[in-house]
Parts: sequence; structure tokens; C-alpha cells
Amino acid sequence: MDPAAIKEEMLSKYPPKVARKRAKQIMINEALENETPEITANVRTIPGIITMRGCTYAGCKGVIMGPTRDIVNITHGPIGCGFYSWLTRRNQTDATAPDAQNYMTYCFSTDMQDKDIIFGGEKKLEAAIQEAYDLFHPKGICVFATCPVGLIGDDIHAVAAKMKKKFGDCNVFAFSCEGYKGVSQSAGHHIANNQVFRHLVGAEDEGKPGKYCINLLGEYNIGGDGFEIDRLLNKCGITNNATFSGNSSYDQFASAHTADLNAVMCHRSINYVADMLEVKYGIPWIKVNFIGASAAAKSLRKIAQYFGDQELIERVEEVIAEEMPAVQAVAEEVRPRTEGKTAMLFVGGSRAHHYQELFKELGMKTISAGYEFAHRDDYEGRHVLPGLKVDADSRNIEELEVEADEALYSPRKSEEELKALAESGLDFKSYDGMIPDMDEKTMVIDDLNQYEAEKMVEMLKPDIFCAGIKEKFSIQKLGIPMKQLHSYDSGGPYAGFKGAINFYREIDRLVNSKVWGYMKAPWQENPELSATYVWE
Amino acid sequence: MLLRHTPQEITERHALTINPAKTCQPIGAMYAALGVHGCLPHSHGSQGCCAYHRSALTRHYKEPISAGTSSFTEGASVFGGQANLLQAIDNMFTVYEPEVVAVHTTCLSETIGDDLPQIIDKATKDGKIPKGKHVIYANTPSYVGSHVTGFSNMVKGMAMKAETTGVKNGKVNVIPGWVEPADMEEIKRLSGLIGVDIILFPDTSGILNGPLSGEYKMFPEGGTTMAELQSAGDSIGTLALGEWCSADGARYLDTNNKVPCRVLDMPIGLMATDRFVDAMRIIAGVSVPEELSHERGQLVDIISDMHQYFFHKKVALAGDPDQLISMVEFLVSIDMCPTHVVSGTPGKAFAKRIRELTAGLPYEVNVKCDQTADMFLLHQWIKNEPVDLLIGNSYLKYIARDEDIPLVRWGFPILDRQGHQYFPTVGYKGGIRLLEKILNALLDRKDRDDPEQSFELVM
Ligand code: SF4
Ligand code: SF4
Repeated sequence: MDPAAIKEEMLSKYPPKVARKRAKQIMINEALENETPEITANVRTIPGIITMRGCTYAGCKGVIMGPTRDIVNITHGPIGCGFYSWLTRRNQTDATAPDAQNYMTYCFSTDMQDKDIIFGGEKKLEAAIQEAYDLFHPKGICVFATCPVGLIGDDIHAVAAKMKKKFGDCNVFAFSCEGYKGVSQSAGHHIANNQVFRHLVGAEDEGKPGKYCINLLGEYNIGGDGFEIDRLLNKCGITNNATFSGNSSYDQFASAHTADLNAVMCHRSINYVADMLEVKYGIPWIKVNFIGASAAAKSLRKIAQYFGDQELIERVEEVIAEEMPAVQAVAEEVRPRTEGKTAMLFVGGSRAHHYQELFKELGMKTISAGYEFAHRDDYEGRHVLPGLKVDADSRNIEELEVEADEALYSPRKSEEELKALAESGLDFKSYDGMIPDMDEKTMVIDDLNQYEAEKMVEMLKPDIFCAGIKEKFSIQKLGIPMKQLHSYDSGGPYAGFKGAINFYREIDRLVNSKVWGYMKAPWQENPELSATYVWE
Repeated sequence: MLLRHTPQEITERHALTINPAKTCQPIGAMYAALGVHGCLPHSHGSQGCCAYHRSALTRHYKEPISAGTSSFTEGASVFGGQANLLQAIDNMFTVYEPEVVAVHTTCLSETIGDDLPQIIDKATKDGKIPKGKHVIYANTPSYVGSHVTGFSNMVKGMAMKAETTGVKNGKVNVIPGWVEPADMEEIKRLSGLIGVDIILFPDTSGILNGPLSGEYKMFPEGGTTMAELQSAGDSIGTLALGEWCSADGARYLDTNNKVPCRVLDMPIGLMATDRFVDAMRIIAGVSVPEELSHERGQLVDIISDMHQYFFHKKVALAGDPDQLISMVEFLVSIDMCPTHVVSGTPGKAFAKRIRELTAGLPYEVNVKCDQTADMFLLHQWIKNEPVDLLIGNSYLKYIARDEDIPLVRWGFPILDRQGHQYFPTVGYKGGIRLLEKILNALLDRKDRDDPEQSFELVM
């Protein structure tokens, strides 16, 4: 089907205002002369349109701070927000060390009642922080505001500061991440990261030892992805000082300024932190992607190239050579069953791009993709950044002003070194976005909603559809396998080489499952009554 | 240890809830609304609440859960959400074509003070609600009560659609409370067996336990129709199954439509089911069919056959008041020992009722039902007084693993097992299923733990 016709068909049901708005978020990838057409992203969802998006609180407490095991995260609000973000994301953590603290299995809430809404919740919050401190004596306590908190005007930052001072040995800080701020989770990522940068990074001068020391930014260890990446880095002799924020701990954040390179996985959720770490401490950043075997190999090579030591460069090649045959063997085995099949990906702020790599390795074609909460630069590349319009919703989200730290700023590479590296093909601070990697005539759709998803599946009949839990079963009811790329349907890891193998097998299982052939009963396939039943 | 920081020593907590045994009102309203035919629930607030509620229900039912949101941004939060709701109502009827939109509020719109009846009235006047379509609503501030309260409020919102024509319809309204689709189906089957014509509302059967057939129906066949809800005002009476989930709606019909009501316990376990069946046959003036007495006899039979394994086993439970009351009564009736009971849903009557039900036991049960009646406290109680079995939702698996106690999953949410959509736990057959689950848990544990010399083939 012609994509323009599909687009028109999809828009035809909307009221005119909605159609006009959605038209700008649905883009047909027509490779124009060296430039991609503009897509509208990071704008409000239209009321009543069933969106995939969540809220700022979910992005802040759930996504960014959720994976840190040794901070007590207290949700300040009525019970629901805290309840739903309790263990529902699959960020794994390794708390096996004998004295390791792990609060991720707990849900802490001030559980505000009507009298707190009427008279204010500061007293209750203060008491809750005290109770948490008395019970657990954690290194850190974080406080997260939910919608009503902003409205009733509780000063959560003042309460946090007061308690921090009172305790002396516990870092207490707060996040104004009310769900109505911003237009999606993305605002919450930003609010979270700003506070981590402000209250944690730089607090601890002892990082992990190692000759090649990096931070991995924007990797959340869903299904153990981060463990697999760490395995590879370790094997290469690269130290991962701190992951933001998969499998993270308080101390890792605190010493993030001691690493020599920042490798950014999810550009959307954290690119600004990479920028701030560079300005304040002098650590350069590069974009990496460990989703897809060849992307993972490329990322390892980029890191080695940055450090430039022959020893490391060789070690990385050895590791790749060691790991690749197993990956290729599975790819070859699976490919005859996946080759030529089609996929649609609507998820997150980077996964809809990254996972196209894995599908490519399976010989599958991504015919449509889009993000749930990304911005234009994630679609079109960072070159659009200077021209981005700052609307009222984005203005709400604080941009930290940072400058070089007097004591701690130390450029890891000189200007000349950076230039030489750039000339040899290592791109710093660079991300070209999803669109250039997609074929002509594919459809790129931002903030896809339930109605459009159903339409797309009906019209284009992909062999697999990827999104989140809310979309899972309406798609599968249509007889199309659906793979969750937030929670991985309890699977994973899918990152790195072992992850690639897992993913190949998983997709093979899904698209070739016998179940899709069971939709119709024999009497539905052949409804006509035959004359007589044939007895033995 | 997964809950390694939970100390045995219990200290007073007033402000901090840890591992709640409840969630917030709107999800209950959303679940209830899904039990109306052709209904699209709508969350009036920021989009996060709606995303959370849909996700939680989806994980529990493994079915599509559609619901709209007013997608508040900062502006709506300051100036009120009227414009958002009007636009949402218009968009939903245009794009998704539901029969009914069921609006519930969130903490945000409640704190702002949006006036739902007024906004819906305006939507009607502005012609945003197509002819023959409906909007029902409930106020569901989450800083009051719990998910159970939200369910109850939406049920009341349904009752508000009842009309009284003066001509009785010969039917009995049954409000099943927050039970599974399979339970609602079972209540309909039981009523049919007894011969009572009922209007069951809400009714999620056929909606949240649907088939896979290659077709996606946003609004499946099941659910209480709007016509039935309207007719509820002409019914002979209303049976509300559970004080917390169902009584408000029933009493509303009593006051407003002169439809008398009785509040019964949820028909879970032998005695509560007996009372339900007995009430139904008296209302209908019929005798209970042999088939049903037979089912009852089967339940009694399994209690007697396996009594030795139930006898004096200690149980800790977390869940919702209506369900727990019937469950505790059931456990006591088979000589098990409910030992610790928590519900995050407030209501002093609950603790009193549990104490009454367990009065004959040789010890006093630990029971709590308020803000700090959470799973953290339950865990501490268990550390001080160990139990043989846990009954409750999937979150209990963390305690189960740490303390090595078998767990029967029952309640909401169940995120990691199947069956609750398909097999009821209400009625006699439901009782048999519950006992099967309890026995499996206890006997699997016994098989695991018995020393080789006393490992049993026949049990
Ligand atoms: S804000 Fe209120 S309604 Fe929304 S999830 Fe939180 S508790 Fe529930
Ligand atoms: S109340 Fe606000 S913070 Fe809580 S879930 Fe809803 S939108 Fe998010």
C-alpha cells in the first residue's frame, strides 16, 4: 500500500483539529536531497486519544531513579503512583554483595489522605523521611512529587534539605516531577537527571580503578542488558565506573566525574547529562549502541579507538572474534525462518531505533517505527538541536547552567587530540537519529496511539509488532505476534552478543509460533455442512 | 534476601506506608466501567495515572485494556480541566465510537476541584455526546479510601443511570463486587440454576477473559448493557455482595429508586455461598435445584476428605475487605487458622468483623486495616509469629520466598500466574477450586520437605 494513502486513511476518522495535529507527527520517509523532512515530536498528547505515554513522575521515579538499589525512594502523594511503580519495571540489580543494600523490592509512600491535601503534606513528608531513616539508615533518601503535591504547594525541597541537615549522614533530596509537567516521561528523565547531577555527581572522589574507565549513560538494565554489556566491557579490560542508571548504586553516581569517557546508549533520556559532564568535568562523550551484534562490536571498537591504546584495540578485536561465531551461527540457523519478514516498532526514546539493528541481522525489514516520548533530534539527528522550538511545556523543565568545575575540571583529551580522533572517524557528541537509518517510504510516527496502531497493523500486516504492555494484547488479538520492548515480556537480555542470540531465538519463536495458525476452528474454516459424517 | 531490610522488631509508623496492601481509587473505577457493555473508561487527569491503571489491569488480565485520558498539562492543572474533558469526550465518541464513556477523576482533577456533572452537562448541551450514547461518572479521589472505594463509586455511578417507570421488571439486581470475570459468570450461572432473573452490574465476563480469534473488538460482546442499567430502577430488589464494593450502589437504588436492598457477604466459601443461595431462593420463592445441592455436597466432601491437611494450619492474608471477610470465614470453617490479616482499605468495621469471625480460635488474630496496614507490617508479624500459608496478591511472593512459605495467589493484582480469569472462586465450585489451590500449596510443600523415610505416595 502507498504510505500516503495509509496516512490519509488513518487521519480520515479524526475530527479536523486532531487530524491536522496528527498529520505533522506522521511522516513518510522520502529521502529528500540530503535532508530529512521535519517531524513534530515532544508535543502534547491530544485529550481522549489513547496514548502509549506515561507521565513525568513515571519517567523520573520509575525510569531513572528506580534502578538504583541503595537509595530509599519515597513517593510523596496518594498511594497509587507509588504502587504502580513498585517493581513493575524489570531493571535488574546485583545486590549479592554481603553488605549490599537493596530497597528496590520496597515501595515507600506518604500515602496522602484528604487532610494532607487540605492542610498540606509537608509535616507528613517530614515524618515519613524520619521513619525511613530510623528504620533503614540509608545513604540516600529521594522524594518524588506526584500531581497533587505541586498544586497544594508543598515545598518538598525545603523538607528534604532540612532532613539532610538534621541527619548529617544521609543525603536527602527531592524531585518536582509532578505528572502534569511536560508532555511525557521524557520530562521526568530530565528532572531526575538534573537532580542526580546536582546532588550526587562529584560527591565521591574515588572511582573504580582501571586503565580504561568509562561511564555508560542511558542503560537501564532491563532484563539484564546492563549485565551483558558489563560482561563484554570487563572482558575487554574496560572499566564501567557508573551506569546511569541500570544496576546502579549511590556511590557510582557520586564518582561519575572520575571516568574518562561517557558512552551514551539512550540518547533521549540522558544526552544532556553527557553534555553537562563534559562542560563541568571535561569528559567527552560518544554515542554507542549495544543492541545488535554488529552495533555492539562497533561500539566496543569506538571506545577502544577513543583510548587509542594498541593493547586495548587488539583486545577488543580478540573479544569480538571470540564472541561473534556463536552469534553468527544462531543468526544463520534462524534467518531462513525470519528473512523477508516485516516489523513495526513503537517504543521509548531510543529502542525503536536500536532494535532495528537486530531485525536487520535477522533479515527483517522495519516498515514503520516511532517513539513514544522522544524529541526531534532523536528522529532527525542532533543537527536540528539549535533550531528546536522551546514551547511552554519544555520551558517548564529546568535546564541546568553548568560551568567548568574549578577543582575538578580536567579535559581528558586536548583540543588537538579530539580533533585528530574526529578526523580518524570517531564522532563526538554525535547522533544522527532514527530516520536516516530507515528505508525510503517507511512510515515514521510519533506518539502512535491505539487507533493508529490497529489501523497500521490492519493495513500493513507486519509479521511482528513491538511496543509496550498496554499495546500487547490488542495487537495479538489481531493474530499478530507482539514483542514488548519495555519489559521484554520477561525475557532478555537482548544487548551485546549473548543478547543478540537471545533476541534472534525469541523472534524466531514468536513469528513462527504455531499458535497463530489456531485462530479459526475447523468448522469456521469449512462452515458448509457435508452430507454425512464418515464413520470408520 | 529480597526484603532484607525488614526488621522483626515492630516500631510505630504513622507517616510512611511501606509495601501497600491497596492501591488508588481510579483503577477500581476503571475495572468496574469495563464491565459495562460498549464502555470506554476515561481518566480525567494527567496521562500517567491512566497509563498506570491500564498497565496494571493488562498485566493482571492479559487482555487489552482501553481507556482515555484528559492528558492534563500544567495549564490544565492551573486553570481546570474542562476544556480537556470536553475535547476528550468529543474525540472518544468520534474515533472509538463507544456506547458509553465512564469518566472518573484522579487526585489531580480532584485537587483542582473540577466539577464533573457540570462539565458533562456542558458536553451534552454542546452536542458532544451523540444521540443515544451516554456518559457516566464517578468522583474518585485517591487520597480517600482505596481502589475498592473507586470501584464502589463507579458502581454508584452506574446506579445513577437507573430509571423507575413504575412497572416492575421481575428481576433482581446483583452487584457482585470486585471479583474476576469468571466469578461474574459463575454468579450468573448460579442465578440461572436457581431460576432468578438478574441484572448483574458490573459484569466483566466476556470482556476481560476474551478469546483469541484473529479479530480485535475494542468493545466485546459482554458487559451490562445501558438498557439493563436503566432498568435496574424497576427491579424487585438489589443484592449487594460485599459492604465495601457494592453497598453504596445498592443503597443509592434503595433511596432514589425505591428498590430495596440487602448487603450480603461475597459468596466465597461454604457459608457465604449458602447465604447467597438461600437469599436468592427466598426472593424467587423457589426451591433450590438438586444440581446446586449436589455441588454444595461436593464442596463439603472435599473438606471432609482432606480435613487433616487444613487442620490448624496458620494463614496470613493481605487483600481487600469484602474478599477477606468471606475468606477468613471459609478458613475458620475448615479449621484453618487465619493468624495475620491486613487490608490497606480503611473501615473499622472490617477489623471488628474479622475479630468476630475468629472469636472461637484459641488466640487473637492480628488484624489491621488502615494506612499503615501494609505488607511490611504483615511481614513483621510473620517474622514474630510464623505461618504455614500466605494468601494474597503477587506481591506476597517476596515474603513467600524470603520466609519460605507457600503462597496461594488470590486477589488483585495477580501478575505472574494464570487462571483467575477463567476459573471462579465464588460459589461452591469456586470453593472447591480454592481448596484445590490451598491443598496443592500445602502438599507440594510437604512433599518437598518430608524426609525420605516418610515420603508419602497417598495423601
Ligand atoms: S495521582 Fe492519584 S489517581 Fe493518579 S495514580 Fe496517583 S494516586 Fe492514583
Ligand atoms: S498523579 Fe500525576 S504523578 Fe501520579 S501517576 Fe498520575 S500523572 Fe503521574
